[in-house]
Amino acid sequence: MPPSTTSAITLRVNGEAHALTVDNRTTLLDALRDGLDLTGTKKGCDHGQCGACTVLVDGRRALSCLQFAVAAEGRGITTVEGIADGEALHPVQQAFLDLDGYQCGYCTPGQICSAVAVIEEHAAGWPSAATADVRPEAGPVALDAAEIRERMSGNLCRCGAYNAIVRAVAQAADARGTDSAAVTA
Amino acid sequence: MREFAYQRAGDVAGAVAAFAAAPGARYLGGGTNLVDLMKSGVESPERLIDVRGLGLDAVEEDADGGLRIGATVTNSDLAAHPGVRRRYPALAQAVLAGASGQLRNAATVGGNLLQRVRCGYFTDVTLPCNRRVPGSGCPAVDGEHHNHAVLGWSEHCVAVHPSDLGVALAAFDAVVSYETGAGPGELAYAALYPPVGDTPHRETSLPPGALITAVSLPAAPVAARSRYRKVRERASYAFATASVAAALEVRDGVVHDVRLAFGAVASRPWRAHAAERALTGAPATARAFGAAADAELAAARPLPHNGYKVPLLRNLMVSVLTELAEEAAR
Ligand SMILES: Cc1cc2nc3c(=O)[nH]c(=O)nc-3n(C[C@H](O)[C@H](O)[C@H](O)COP(=O)(O)OP(=O)(O)OC[C@H]3O[C@@H](n4cnc5c(N)ncnc54)[C@H](O)[C@@H]3O)c2cc1C
Ligand code: SF4
Ligand code: FES
Ligand code: FES
Repeated sequence: MPPSTTSAITLRVNGEAHALTVDNRTTLLDALRDGLDLTGTKKGCDHGQCGACTVLVDGRRALSCLQFAVAAEGRGITTVEGIADGEALHPVQQAFLDLDGYQCGYCTPGQICSAVAVIEEHAAGWPSAATADVRPEAGPVALDAAEIRERMSGNLCRCGAYNAIVRAVAQAADARGTDSAAVTA
Repeated sequence: MREFAYQRAGDVAGAVAAFAAAPGARYLGGGTNLVDLMKSGVESPERLIDVRGLGLDAVEEDADGGLRIGATVTNSDLAAHPGVRRRYPALAQAVLAGASGQLRNAATVGGNLLQRVRCGYFTDVTLPCNRRVPGSGCPAVDGEHHNHAVLGWSEHCVAVHPSDLGVALAAFDAVVSYETGAGPGELAYAALYPPVGDTPHRETSLPPGALITAVSLPAAPVAARSRYRKVRERASYAFATASVAAALEVRDGVVHDVRLAFGAVASRPWRAHAAERALTGAPATARAFGAAADAELAAARPLPHNGYKVPLLRNLMVSVLTELAEEAAR
């Protein structure tokens, strides 16, 4: 018998386990959208070049178009549908609404998932390419506009809503209190 | 895309054995390059062996000042690691200069080193390409090559190695550890990619089926003062048009130790030995930095549409070394 090219997997998405049988060729993106009807996650380029398909995998942002669903089994996936706390929007979602961090909205689910993770990465003390001195002795950097632009650079916005997106990420980071956390870290 | 079987290897020996048993297999790291190439038909493995569960995900600091980096450490974890940032800041900077936050979270060290070229002819399976189909020709030589090599190319292939991480590894004398069915082995990173010659399809010097298990960096005090600078066509989320990894130690105004490597200018990250030789013992001045760059770039052979890379590299190297020298003087 030739080796199987399909797999029966359990995908944990937004806290719920879903059993499904996938052709191994199915990307996580297609499994979410077509298999689980979670169409909030968008397909832009399907080649890792736009960020529209960004989800959180075990809390870290990742591109769902460049991984196979079968390889994501056992990991905790969070999509934009799972970002809010019930009816209460996540501070990042609220900030995008308050500050018009979008125009057509197509890139927005990816922007929001990415921004949630950016704020956590910064709070964890991760440097970025915009960080002048990456040595740990230099201490944490403030999440200013240049840092936000660099850290969010994996999410393209065809409408060019970038200025409002930067402001929204800054507002959400303030709400979480990263800057004060960074100072005391 | 061709159908394929998928398995998770439980340990290194199991991964190597699974590969040996399935001739058309590929190891799967983060998948950020391999999945893309499977979509475009450049790769069509019949089996994927997922190596992320092999326990090769630690960065260990040697007491003597070196580092051992597991092959499945993600690019993000590597760049965030305090020991990497303290001992080899240019390495952290190089990783952070590559791809995007999402990609770095998935990408592994092993996969980064074995990522394939970004030549448009290579990724379009309807076109000839010696690297993809040996003997089919290299359309880039007379075609689209503004971002291709100026050093070390042959008329059989003029593509550049795209890794940023690799440029820092080249500067700091990294050693690659691997495992095959015949046991473990080691290879200097400088020897990982063989010269292009007339065999551009031979992309690595690893034995067939080798699984990269770790990358080690010998202790290098000079690396604590190091920097990576990358030039690209947009400010972020783009491959390099040229880059420089540099480390500099100045004593009494004289270059005591220096490391230099160039990215995006050759089929492998390019260690600038001639420039290092010219600089060692020379005064740490912009004039000496420029003369050293000229010594290295004397070997450059730009193609009709990428001559800009030669002065770009020269200026990059001089400016990075000047910054490092100024900081050392403070
Ligand atoms: C849009 C985009 C932009 C990018 N920009 C940059 C950039 O600016 N700079 C840069 O350096 N890179 C960039 N990259 C490339 C990225 O860094 C690589 O795709 C990534 O590092 C590959 O790692 P991976 O673990 O995902 O590899 P995979 O895709 O899983 O594997 C790549 C290759 O390595 C092999 N492999 C994987 N692990 C091992 C192992 N342990 N032993 C032996 N073989 C192994 C696989 O079989 C495959 O052939 C970009 C990628 C994308 C999609
Ligand atoms: S430069 Fe190399 S990769 Fe590009 S077409 Fe020529 S042979 Fe292929
Ligand atoms: S759809 Fe995944 S990055 Fe564009
Ligand atoms: S809001 Fe339209 S693509 Fe970003």
